[in-house]
Amino acid sequence: MSSVRFSRAVLTVVAASLVLGGCAAKTNSSSSSSSGSSGVNLPAVSNVPVPADAVLPAGNGKATCHGVSIAYAGAETGANAQLGLNIVNGVQLAVNQHNAANPGCQVTLKKFDTEGDPTKATGIVTQVTNEADILGAIGLPFSGESKSTGGIFQQAGLVHITPSATNPTLTQQGWTTFFRALGNDSVQGPAAAKFIVNQLHASKVCVVQDDSDYGIGLAAAINKALGDKASSCQDKVTTNQRDFSSTVSKITSAKPDAVFYSGYYAEAAPLDQQLVNGGYTGAFVGPDGVKDDKFIQQAGSASSNTYFTCPCEDGSLISSFATAYQQLAGSAPGTYSLEGYDSATVLLRGIDSGITTRAALLDYVKNYNADGLSKHLQWDSTGELKASTVYGYKVQNGKIVYIGTIS
Amino acid sequence: MHPLTVFLADSSWINFDVTSFRQEFWDNTFNGLTFGAIYALIAMGYTLVYGVLRLINFAHSEVFIAGAYALVFTLSGLGFDGSVPGLSTLALIGDMLLACLVAMLASGAIAVLLERIAYRPLRRKGAPPLAFLITAIGVSFAIQYAIFIWRGASAEPAVILFVPKALFSAFGTNITNQQLIIFVAAIVLMLLIDQFIQRTRFGRGVRAVAQDPDTATLMGVNKERAIMLTFLLGGLLAGAAALFYVIKVPSGVVFNGGFTLGIKAFAAAVLGGIGNIRGAALGGLLIGLVGNYGQTLLGNAQWSDVIAFVVLVVVLMFRPTGILGESLGKARV
Amino acid sequence: MTSTDNTRKNTPGGIRARWNNLSRPQQWLALVPVVVLIYFIPVIDPPLLTTEPYTNFPIAMVHAAELAMVAIGLNVVVGQAGLLDLGYVGFFAVGAYVAALLTSKESMLHKLPYLATLPLAMVVTMLAGVLLGLPTLRLRGDYLAIVTLGFGEIVRLLATLVPALNGQVGFADVGHPPGTNADGSLIFSARDGTPWYWLVVTLIIILLLFVGNLERSRVGRAWVAIREDEDAAQIMGVPTFKFKLWAFAIGAAIGGLSGALVAGQTGFMNNQNFSVAFSVLYLAAVILGGSGNKVGVMVGAFIVSYIPDRFTNLSDRKYLIFGLFLVVLMIFRPQGLLGARQRLLARGRQAYQRLVGRGEQISSDSSVSAEGGGQA
Repeated sequence: MSSVRFSRAVLTVVAASLVLGGCAAKTNSSSSSSSGSSGVNLPAVSNVPVPADAVLPAGNGKATCHGVSIAYAGAETGANAQLGLNIVNGVQLAVNQHNAANPGCQVTLKKFDTEGDPTKATGIVTQVTNEADILGAIGLPFSGESKSTGGIFQQAGLVHITPSATNPTLTQQGWTTFFRALGNDSVQGPAAAKFIVNQLHASKVCVVQDDSDYGIGLAAAINKALGDKASSCQDKVTTNQRDFSSTVSKITSAKPDAVFYSGYYAEAAPLDQQLVNGGYTGAFVGPDGVKDDKFIQQAGSASSNTYFTCPCEDGSLISSFATAYQQLAGSAPGTYSLEGYDSATVLLRGIDSGITTRAALLDYVKNYNADGLSKHLQWDSTGELKASTVYGYKVQNGKIVYIGTIS
Repeated sequence: MHPLTVFLADSSWINFDVTSFRQEFWDNTFNGLTFGAIYALIAMGYTLVYGVLRLINFAHSEVFIAGAYALVFTLSGLGFDGSVPGLSTLALIGDMLLACLVAMLASGAIAVLLERIAYRPLRRKGAPPLAFLITAIGVSFAIQYAIFIWRGASAEPAVILFVPKALFSAFGTNITNQQLIIFVAAIVLMLLIDQFIQRTRFGRGVRAVAQDPDTATLMGVNKERAIMLTFLLGGLLAGAAALFYVIKVPSGVVFNGGFTLGIKAFAAAVLGGIGNIRGAALGGLLIGLVGNYGQTLLGNAQWSDVIAFVVLVVVLMFRPTGILGESLGKARV
Repeated sequence: MTSTDNTRKNTPGGIRARWNNLSRPQQWLALVPVVVLIYFIPVIDPPLLTTEPYTNFPIAMVHAAELAMVAIGLNVVVGQAGLLDLGYVGFFAVGAYVAALLTSKESMLHKLPYLATLPLAMVVTMLAGVLLGLPTLRLRGDYLAIVTLGFGEIVRLLATLVPALNGQVGFADVGHPPGTNADGSLIFSARDGTPWYWLVVTLIIILLLFVGNLERSRVGRAWVAIREDEDAAQIMGVPTFKFKLWAFAIGAAIGGLSGALVAGQTGFMNNQNFSVAFSVLYLAAVILGGSGNKVGVMVGAFIVSYIPDRFTNLSDRKYLIFGLFLVVLMIFRPQGLLGARQRLLARGRQAYQRLVGRGEQISSDSSVSAEGGGQA
């Protein structure tokens, strides 16, 4: 008896899904995403402005040094590993090139894994500072761990250059050993706003932020710059959120010309995908946290409406760097790979100049004034770059392409 | 001003957006019910196992995510990717059913394996309840990080099955085929399970074991088989939930993706009355609705999480065993 | 639990039996070298035990000690009173924020000396424990679990939502105890784990004396009664609600204290590290070591904290191994590494000695396990 009921019910399900599925498939022919917004066409730029006299790690090949190391401290494992690996490969590449060119100066790269955890990082950075042969460090990649360990570097007088931590408060702690190889969030926010208004010609913008300090800080900066263009359409989502139906409802009823997502690609991708599915046809703009090939993979064809802003330069566009990186890491350079490479270069060239103490290397970085592959590197007294550029990118045929500087 | 006053007076973090809430009420209702149905299907897995074993099967979220991975692999094997497929209706349904079947089998198999390898030895030894919980946590960790090592930290590339399309409109908002398919199919599945538990011989066995394992054994019920069946049913439902989840979120399959979903689903099960199948359905839908209303009303998804948990505490204060009470075991035909 | 237990106990429990035969002063005396050794571990930095060159060893030891304190607090709730708490990290967070808000230069509140915030953190978290406990402690077992889980999540979410709590930006320069070395550098700095380790271990010893005395008092007996059979305890006249609330409040206070210590030692506090996963990790420490056994939970905490620091070359595999280890451990030793001691407490001790002329008998398995058999 019961089995009869059961199979009948199964049949009902199948039938129901057939009917409903019929409706589903009809939609397939209607194409979903029209690329770009409101006829804006920002052409891809194939050659990036590489400084002609960029300082490279190899140097003149005549450097001599003995028993010195530099350290990388940052995530190598755990959920935050990818960003750290992008950096560590860039650093490793710089060290390899340096050591290959300078037989008389073999610098060791010591890697320390913080997993991006501020508490764990204190023990690890203490270890870094206790190893006397380490003259300088690259790291830490994230703002939280940078903040919890900046004081430890300071006490030890150990210079460290972060290739990716962009929180503005990091340079307000009075640390003299902290340097940042890219523009901070308060540089990127206004630049992104200018890009959206002037180049995408958006008159109404929705700003969606996540709950990270990065997302919140950047959203505050861009909101300030956008003023009342964005004041009526704001939403806040949370890390690991995957269903954005309420955000989509809000945005589709507000009908903005552009959406700025202030956060990381893990949430941005499903958001963009659901927005496009929900009928949104405007542009989707994300910052460096969103600029990642994974974004395109995860948002699928919906990603064709996307632009990125980043205080970083795309290493994959500098062919000499990209080829060497590919050989080392087995993948194309990722976000911040180039910053890691440039930061390491600064330290390596300092060591090449005959420096053997931490104090001297700190001094060297403080007075550094030269071009790197990514940008001109010269710092002010707080450790911020004196001038920083924000670059624009967009998605074209499933790839991130460079569309020129935007500030 | 005294800093403490500044500190306490800074209430900029709470503001009610009543206009949006009213404007998007029906949109949020339909979307909330859709995602709530997914919570409900997962919640059933928690509730079934709890009803029979009095065990919070913490690893159920990983049973779900395993199914989701199986689903995504099957679909990408069938040629689905981040672009909208141009398949015929029948082919699409066939592919979806096939992938769903694979996901259900994968989730079901993981659930049964989990029971056999991890829980059964504990039952044999008469381990304390906390030992079961820790085992569940251990399994959850192990599966999550096994997937992590294998697939990395980021989500699988999107597999898009179909794009939602408005079918008809109700209360001034469009109902899409996506919403309708997920909701109706989930409800049908839940009804099936409910009827299966209520009416079939196996279902009676499960209920008997839930009520009193010893007496059930004496009455000729194969206790071990009933327990295994419970895990299997929960797993199958989780596998089906994986299909609906992927339809809704084509790129939501990530190693820790089950965890957040699982906590909400578990809360849903408790809200409805853990051990109660209909309660899990009700709880799931409620959690889905509260989440969407909260986000619009307070303009922040985190607030909706806070509200979901506050609602849970308040409900439990007045109805300490959930809205519908614990009743898998109670004969209520 | 007599003769069979006896024979079974003789093999692994030889030490334990002998230990229990000692009088209390003798036990104290025997503990002195152990305690001294524990105090000096970070200074000795033993070659096989050391976590260097990955993590600074004294700091790894402070982290272990901090987790041990958390475990002692959680053990009061879970091990002693048998209340399943999945949101213990919430109390930890409250304590950490009390210390950070009142000492960091990035907070707008008035500043207090760091040491003053420690008792304050305990008081505030105790209040939080009572506030959470009042409406929820009437709930049974697993309902309590989800409600506490919800509490932990709410605390974490509020830490992000309330602007004054600084979200992920957090608070730098959280305070520390006063004092400088001869060369003018701070004694308690984020770089030097050893002074912090000594502080934490000293506080742990004080807590152990306090909790141990509670265990042997009427409160402890009531907790055991509640844990074993709440209905029976209620019928026998134990005011179960009151004692559950006590367990909650005391557990919360210890959680708050450890939170404040971690905030001070790290010198930085933000909203990370308060997720459910941490509550679960704490619980794993307690149950791994042996729920209900103070020494056991500290051993459990040490393992949970130390293994990832020591074996960083396991990289991503460590969590997988950790998970599998928990599963295997529960199959072969469900009561944890050091099981709860099921024994007559307080006066029962003298009674036993008078009766049989030697230390009390201990069953290796807690009686919970006997009861747990009924649950399948």
